[in-house]
Amino acid sequence: MSDDALFEFLCRMGDNTLVLGHRVSEWCGHAPVLEEDIALANTALDLIGQTQMWLGLAGEIEGKGRSADDLAMRRDVWDFRNILLVEQPNGDFGQTMMRQFLFDLWHLEMLKALSGSSHDRVAAIAAKSVKEVQYHVERSGDTVIGLGDGTSESHRRMQAALDLLWPYVGEMFVPDHIDAQMSEAGIAPDPGELRATYDARLAEVMTEATLTIPDSGFAHKGGKSGMRHSEHLGHMLTQMQWLQRAYPDATW
Amino acid sequence: MSSPNSAYPDTPETQTRPKRHEWPLWEVFIRGQHGMSHRHVGSLHAPDEEMAIKNARDVYTRRNEGVSIWVVEARHIAASSPSEKGPLYEPSESKVYRHPTFFDIPDEVGAM
Repeated sequence: MSDDALFEFLCRMGDNTLVLGHRVSEWCGHAPVLEEDIALANTALDLIGQTQMWLGLAGEIEGKGRSADDLAMRRDVWDFRNILLVEQPNGDFGQTMMRQFLFDLWHLEMLKALSGSSHDRVAAIAAKSVKEVQYHVERSGDTVIGLGDGTSESHRRMQAALDLLWPYVGEMFVPDHIDAQMSEAGIAPDPGELRATYDARLAEVMTEATLTIPDSGFAHKGGKSGMRHSEHLGHMLTQMQWLQRAYPDATW
Repeated sequence: MSSPNSAYPDTPETQTRPKRHEWPLWEVFIRGQHGMSHRHVGSLHAPDEEMAIKNARDVYTRRNEGVSIWVVEARHIAASSPSEKGPLYEPSESKVYRHPTFFDIPDEVGAM
């Protein structure tokens, strides 16, 4: 296992939480009710906190003196390694919560597996994050059920959100050469192994939410390899990175 | 300000809109540490009791304030009426002997 592969893997973990954390933070001050506004802000802050740990470690492993901030604010689209799901726009509140649940469910299983990583620092970050994510998935799952099995309007929107986001689920489970090196070294699980638990739990929640999982295995890919991000990521980065782009090295 | 429809008394003045269904109001009680009692910290809206606890967690315990949360729907709380405060509370004002301040408490007992 090379340090390059570990760096790639850590960027994947950190970029997922960074991009989703920023997306969720876009709701701050705009959520439909005050309670959800605060809950979403808490989730965003949890994810940004996890980002600091993942990208901080990534910078150390890389050994070129780059900090978590450097990695977050000074890379362009093609250097990002997040999955395509998390960069998708918020849409309406239902679409945001559906995206959150589809990610949280994977994130929890991933972190549980990483808690037993052969790499001590990876295991420690995962163990700290897993409690936060346990709560995220409970909350997003309950909201998906509440809105899916709600009014005809909320049901329609949640089904539309699931149909829209479903093609982005598969990427989380497709292994590549980085994943192979990680699982060989006992650092991370083969992502394919997480699929059975994910599908079982997903089916339970969607049944309770009276939503239909699309009958399609098609999966967009190109996010975690960085080969083909969707157009949305670049737009998001122009906002997120604006300050460091306009005023490099600006500090508080 | 005159109503736009005042020339047409048979026309309802406002269009009938579907009633906005607010989530019920919940009162939140948090226990700060083991051994203390739950204290009222505020209120919030939520569709059901499970979401009320989750919302309370997010709104009231984000700075590590609590180890236990109670929620109760506000409509279930029976409260005394402010207009009755004379008969309810004034009679006890003149009964200072109900305060246990006439005993010497040994220093060893500490704070009571």
